[in-house]
Amino acid sequence: MAQNNGVPGKLIAVEGLDGSGKSTQIYLLKRWLELEGYKIFFTEWNSSSIVKRATRKGKKRQLLTPTTFSMIHCTDFADRYERQILPLLHAGYIVLADRYVYTAFARDVVRGCERDWIRKLYSYARPPDITFFFNVPLKVALARILDGRTGLKYHEAGMDMGYSTDIYESFRIFQGKIHQEYRRIAHEYNFVRIDATQPPDVQQSKVREFVESAIDLPRFRCREIPFPEPS
Amino acid sequence: MNLDSLSGQLIVVEGADGSGRSTQINLLRNWLERRGFPTVNVGLKRSMLVSRELEAAMQGNILGTRTLSLFYATDFADQLENRILPALRAGFIVLADRYIYTLMARAIVRGIEPDWIQEVYSIALVPDAVFYIAVTPEILVERNLRKHAVLDYWESGMDMDRSTNMYDSFIPYQKKIQRQFRQMQKVYAFETVNGNRTPRAIQKDLQAKIESILNGKMAAAVETPTEIEQRERMFA
Repeated sequence: MAQNNGVPGKLIAVEGLDGSGKSTQIYLLKRWLELEGYKIFFTEWNSSSIVKRATRKGKKRQLLTPTTFSMIHCTDFADRYERQILPLLHAGYIVLADRYVYTAFARDVVRGCERDWIRKLYSYARPPDITFFFNVPLKVALARILDGRTGLKYHEAGMDMGYSTDIYESFRIFQGKIHQEYRRIAHEYNFVRIDATQPPDVQQSKVREFVESAIDLPRFRCREIPFPEPS
Repeated sequence: MNLDSLSGQLIVVEGADGSGRSTQINLLRNWLERRGFPTVNVGLKRSMLVSRELEAAMQGNILGTRTLSLFYATDFADQLENRILPALRAGFIVLADRYIYTLMARAIVRGIEPDWIQEVYSIALVPDAVFYIAVTPEILVERNLRKHAVLDYWESGMDMDRSTNMYDSFIPYQKKIQRQFRQMQKVYAFETVNGNRTPRAIQKDLQAKIESILNGKMAAAVETPTEIEQRERMFA
């Protein structure tokens, strides 16, 4: 991946399975940093307004193959990276990313893309300064997902992969494989592992502690403390 | 992928806007269909998956270079899997109006790393024939202006180096693209065809070259006496 040199900003990413609680944790981190008056920007996976329509269309009409699924997500990422993430890093912001390239590395490989190809596809992206990986046993993640939901989505459950005609079984198998892939790459990419079975506030204090030790936060203070807005 | 199961032919015609590419493809299509070969036409920005979104984004000129490259690559991948491969499996001739070469050239002149873009397009099938219709940039300008009275923003490289007028931008940009094509010629086996000629002369050239490819493929198949008779009649 691109070398980490010369940008004043810092990039913090969170990774983990759906249901690992990572989105909650990055949200809490974001709230802490912004309430303390730091310059932050938040971005999440699959959110480019330009690519969204095509992704939705592709999923709805089941037009996607492993390759095009992968590429459309990479296009979405490239858009957010070029227009938001990179410029803000240059502008000296702390960028918080809910999911980063490692999501693609794990998922797309499970979907059938070649490991080397995927890594090359995302090679333009700078590695995060910190990547938190929220480690949770598969059973726990699944229970959390199924608990709060009325149902599972087709692609999220990996139904296009043909693991099972039962959507819950498919989800279990698919997420299990992603979990395995994450664990394979955790060491290679220096994930900071957080035990996601602990209470959320305990996890958050670990996250904040790590951020404080790894980043010189005072450098990122806003010149003007933003007036607290209703969130 | 079992390449042996692809009994059709993939023929690519490359060239700038105004090179006569689309004219040549239309003529080829008529010629092939008259001879009884079913054909399928593919081209850039035509995928069901992203063509509309890509077009809309380009109108707004809000895309970064990397994103634009990936958008085109997604469009390409979608057509490859959903149109090109099925057609080839069915024994059709696929006529491609541009292919990965234009896309790679466009990306590289905009500063994208050559090895990156090559890896992205490593998914592409190697065509059976690639014809690059080369036209001198000054003639391209004339032809484009004759057609539309304006030069295309993207074909003039206006997103790269804004100039006071598109003409000043167009020629250096096209020269850069041609330079890329010359580089690619060394790596990928394609035929450069002189495009500074009448459409008829160019078509004659293309037909002769494609003829030999079709002959070659047909001879390789095991034919029954009836099939041999039919083929000889077709090419009479």
